[in-house]
Amino acid sequence: MRKGIKHQTFNIKHVTFNIKHLTKVMIEDIVKEKLGNRVLNWEKKNERRYYIEIQKENLQESVGILFRDLGLRFSIASGVDIIDNFEILYHFSSDHEDKFFSLRVKINKENPEVPSISGIITAAKWIEREIWELLGINFVGHPGLKRLLLAEDWPEGVCPLRKDYNKNV
Amino acid sequence: MKTIIPVGPYHPLQEEPEFFELEVEGERVTKLNINIGYNHRGIEKLSEGMHFDQVTFLVERICGICSTSHPFAYVQAVEDLAGIKVPLRAKYIRCIIGELERIHSHLLWLGLAGHFIGYNTLWMWAWKYRETVLDLCEQISGNRNHYAMLRIGGVRRDILNKELNELKEKTSTLIPAINMFKGAAMDDPVIGARTKGVGVLTKKQAIDYCVVGPTARASGIDIDVRRDSPHNSAYGLVEWNVPVLEDGDVFAKVVVRILEMLESVKIITQSLDRLRDLKEGEIWNEVREIPSGEGIGTYEAPRGEVFHYVRSDGGNTPFRHKIRAPSYVNILSNEVAVVGGDVADACITLAAVDPCYCCTDRIQAVEDGKVKYNWKQLLQLSQEKTERIRKCYENYKR
Repeated sequence: MRKGIKHQTFNIKHVTFNIKHLTKVMIEDIVKEKLGNRVLNWEKKNERRYYIEIQKENLQESVGILFRDLGLRFSIASGVDIIDNFEILYHFSSDHEDKFFSLRVKINKENPEVPSISGIITAAKWIEREIWELLGINFVGHPGLKRLLLAEDWPEGVCPLRKDYNKNV
Repeated sequence: MKTIIPVGPYHPLQEEPEFFELEVEGERVTKLNINIGYNHRGIEKLSEGMHFDQVTFLVERICGICSTSHPFAYVQAVEDLAGIKVPLRAKYIRCIIGELERIHSHLLWLGLAGHFIGYNTLWMWAWKYRETVLDLCEQISGNRNHYAMLRIGGVRRDILNKELNELKEKTSTLIPAINMFKGAAMDDPVIGARTKGVGVLTKKQAIDYCVVGPTARASGIDIDVRRDSPHNSAYGLVEWNVPVLEDGDVFAKVVVRILEMLESVKIITQSLDRLRDLKEGEIWNEVREIPSGEGIGTYEAPRGEVFHYVRSDGGNTPFRHKIRAPSYVNILSNEVAVVGGDVADACITLAAVDPCYCCTDRIQAVEDGKVKYNWKQLLQLSQEKTERIRKCYENYKR
């Protein structure tokens, strides 16, 4: 008998939560509005994951909007070698709404450069150093771009996370 | 006058290979440089050459203590990528093993913290009760660490319904122990003197450094992945609280962790109760193939949010796998937490974020300069012990 009552209370709670959810202004709408025409491509993977492609010229502004204005938490950045060019994803978490907004920046391989965001977010200092050494992408404006993870005697200019990396080199 | 005190990379007290360069003026720390990378194993690169199922085991090896958290976040990422749902029984089992890991990790840290401030009694007591938790893990999974419980789409091993009562009884013995620690840490004037107002990380600094887990919650940031994102786990189905403190000092971090252990016990007992009503064996939804796409998975490890990003091109292996352990952001915050404090307090402040160690060595017995047991014999010994624990509780039940 007791158990039944417990379950019921839980169900009621769940329903109230849903109603709250409906009446609230969705965070993704605010993000979309604030980023405005900086958005090149808005991809909604599912209810909780959004991938937003922007140009690298707009990166610092967009990061400022998400981190300072909207108060999203910077989780991490991930650099990917997608053969034709590089891609960096800056993952921002909206913790209480349980959503991730990932800014996607494409970088061409001839001139792998992107503005540093460590001036806006201190926590990005290490990850930019890591992407710099593992993928060979230069972060313009980073205060101390030196090795983070790789050993000191690791050969210069060899980037292990690139797809054309040869283990035997 | 400025003096530089190097700490590490191999320091007798802090076992992890990290290098801290403390700049001091007199007794006061004015600057801290941190160097990491002494233990870089290239797991992200290794993962690109492994099957999706194998990666679950690989990420377990990132850390001996967070050996459920990393697979948990990884399977969440793949499940997010492919839109996979998990059976209810598996959700509860995931929570049970995840919370046991949290208790053992917090007890480990509590012991080390006691050791760092020279309170070795606390160290011995904490590690004594940690054994109970490790035995529970061993009874459930066969291993003290590296449980190999998670798999994409569910869990790998079931918990037998006939064992539930023993597990619950044994878990409840932890409550008086944790309450004892609560009293010991909160009322002890020596611990108070060494930790209150030491190594303060303000809320603003915590936001700037994007810290996670108990480090964030001790600085007044109310985040917990388990509560905020309970997908494919049972955290949304049981009653528990998230302790948050405002002070940001080492003492607040101690209190947050101790209170969290009590919440973990709550989650475990409720989950064990719910398992009774669910059918044994329904622990896995079959996963045929992983489509191309990308997925993000997070889990609240004992130290904070673990982040996994997986991208697939439709093949058998991840195209890219990005891993962010909680210590990666937490350790950097030491840059501000240590500055302004005494040199003598630097050790406990650096340790307060609970930087991750690898402590998986079970035993290495050496006699007359020779290794006494080889790998096979150790395995046999461990299997015998698991069997002994099970039998002991079966007898106890009778």
